[in-house]
Amino acid sequence: MVTADVETADGQTEILRRMLTIREFDSTAGQLFADGEIPGFVHLYIGEEAVAVGACAALDEDDYITSTHRGHGHCIAKGLDPARMMAELYGKRDGYCNGKGGSMHIADVDAGMLGANGIVGAGPPLAAGAALTAQLQGDERVALSFCGDGAVAQGQVHEAINLAATWDLPSIFLVENNQFGEGTPVEKQHNVENLSETAEAYDIPGFTVDGMDVVAVYEAVAEARKRAVAGDGPTLVEADTYRFRGHFEGDHQPYRDEDDIEVWRERDPIEAFKRRLIDAGTLTEDGYEELKSEVEATIREAVSFAESADDPAPYEAYDDMFAASIPEIEQFARKARTDGGESR
Amino acid sequence: MSTEARPGAGTPGTETMTVREAIRAALREEMERDDRVFLMGEDVATFGGVFDVSDGLLDEFGDERIRDTPISEAGFTGAGVGAAATGSRPVIEIMFSDFLGVPMEQIMNQMAKMRYMFGGKTDMPVTVRTTEGGGMGAASQHSGTVHTWFAHFPGLLAVTPGTPAAAKGLLKSAIRSDDPVFFFENKMIYEQEGDVPTDPDFTIPLGEAHVEREGDDVTVVATQRLVGESLSAADELDGEVSVEVIDLRSLYPLDTDTLVESVEKTGRLVVADESPLSYGVHAEVMARINDRAFFSLDAPMQRVGVPDTHIPFSPALEAEVLPDADDVRAAVENVT
Ligand SMILES: Cc1ncc(C[n+]2csc(CCOP(=O)(O)OP(=O)(O)O)c2C)c(N)n1
Ligand SMILES: [Mg+2]
Repeated sequence: MVTADVETADGQTEILRRMLTIREFDSTAGQLFADGEIPGFVHLYIGEEAVAVGACAALDEDDYITSTHRGHGHCIAKGLDPARMMAELYGKRDGYCNGKGGSMHIADVDAGMLGANGIVGAGPPLAAGAALTAQLQGDERVALSFCGDGAVAQGQVHEAINLAATWDLPSIFLVENNQFGEGTPVEKQHNVENLSETAEAYDIPGFTVDGMDVVAVYEAVAEARKRAVAGDGPTLVEADTYRFRGHFEGDHQPYRDEDDIEVWRERDPIEAFKRRLIDAGTLTEDGYEELKSEVEATIREAVSFAESADDPAPYEAYDDMFAASIPEIEQFARKARTDGGESR
Repeated sequence: MSTEARPGAGTPGTETMTVREAIRAALREEMERDDRVFLMGEDVATFGGVFDVSDGLLDEFGDERIRDTPISEAGFTGAGVGAAATGSRPVIEIMFSDFLGVPMEQIMNQMAKMRYMFGGKTDMPVTVRTTEGGGMGAASQHSGTVHTWFAHFPGLLAVTPGTPAAAKGLLKSAIRSDDPVFFFENKMIYEQEGDVPTDPDFTIPLGEAHVEREGDDVTVVATQRLVGESLSAADELDGEVSVEVIDLRSLYPLDTDTLVESVEKTGRLVVADESPLSYGVHAEVMARINDRAFFSLDAPMQRVGVPDTHIPFSPALEAEVLPDADDVRAAVENVT
């Protein structure tokens, strides 16, 4: 895997590739959902790509992240395979969670991705725990928790930041302020102007950065990571951003109008970074088109992988409840294995 | 060897310990055995735990591994889940089980579901220790028995020791388990003594009940404090009714085989557990017997528990609702 960074030409191209991959993955997922190919909920990350990609590029491969219900971007930014992600969205056995998680629970613990999460505000305590493992084991790993502006109103988010600050846990709390929690604007949910101001209460650094600028996010997280590994504890980074799509697919969005979206579209994070690379002479228009078609091919392959993958067998519903074999569950598993899962 | 060692009363390879000492010994042995194990909770270190269970462990293991936390049950329980998912083996203490509503989100949606939702890609080796039970005038918010919630919720294992040996053996198994285990300590039996094996490899498998006293006429399946109460009732009835007393030990998984074997012999069942009666451990044990030993029953199954109230403060009221040996005895007499 090519590492993404803001300094080298290859690193910059990789940053652009990841942002494009998220955009293409989520555009495709949105379409597949509309076509009825994907069950459940899908929350798209379109418009917010610079946040996940900038943040993960500043992390080490071994670092941990926790994600949210809007997790596809975090997964791709952390280096997960779009094909296995797509298979998970389809509920297939070859998905990251063998079809048991779906869009809201994609995880790859070995890759440090501790899970998308269907519970708003649940990730930060988990990240504090991963950072505690890193601290106890004395390794240089850091845990970064993505959470939404809406999540910042949750008690457990504050408990986690306080714990991390008190124990100097090597952690970063990254608030993706996309201006809304579902349909409620951020100013109706919080009394502070900038969510990063809450850092003061924990006596930790807090910054608000332009979340449409991948370099700005990268730099803030790189700084936070330095503090974390030096034993100086957590940093709160707020990235101002915007989601271009509805809260979930199918949301008819009565809470905002097209004009607001247009203002933010002018600041499209992918367009902005592309312009920057072209202006710097690192990228050509042709080079960009080439990159884009590579990404489109990757996502097309991801979809055909997902489509042709097998559904889990019914008896797999009984797998993975516990590490131990539990008779209460085994009796159903045995039955499902012998009769194809038709009866209980 | 625990520092409180007294040779066991008779049984070789054992020493006499209280439940409190047995729990402390289990923590100590498992922390010595595996440096990924650590204990965290409110006032577990300097204070030694509000019931003195972890007293002295701070000096032995230091404040990294015996960690006082902020009063932040959601935060530190969640951190326990995150730590367990990344290779640590935390033991979390929730001071009173009545406080479990606070971290419930992390328990029900993260701890219990993570392995399953992730398709088995993570272990969840976390142990949650907490105290239950009335009897000390602590009133409704510090006296509850809530273990059925956790035994009921998929993805969690739950144990309820009734003796020092069970406490030690089950806690050691809980800490060694790669699944989340809830370990419920009844606060009225911390001082209860019994013989406990000294072998550091002594463990009690999760999901095994234990016959504490053999009998032929009635099976009493009990948990926690009611194990001792049931043994007293059996003593009182000695000569009139032969009572078999079983410490259930594990609520989930539940050792149906041992219960069935006993009821096939006695034909009568009393279930004694300090949970509220409705939808409790009692009902589950009866359902298992109904499934597997219905035709061995000679009398309706009986249950002894708290009559669906909270635990009141006044000693006069508390005594009214808390089950004891007299209630077990009455239930036995009801079916003999
Ligand atoms: C505990 C909890 N409450 C409510 C919800 C329903 N819900 C899902 S996403 C969401 C909005 C979250 O807003 P924010 O944290 O800003 O994230 P965003 O969707 O903007 O990325 C809500 C209310 C939930 N999933 N979990
Ligand atoms: Mg939001």
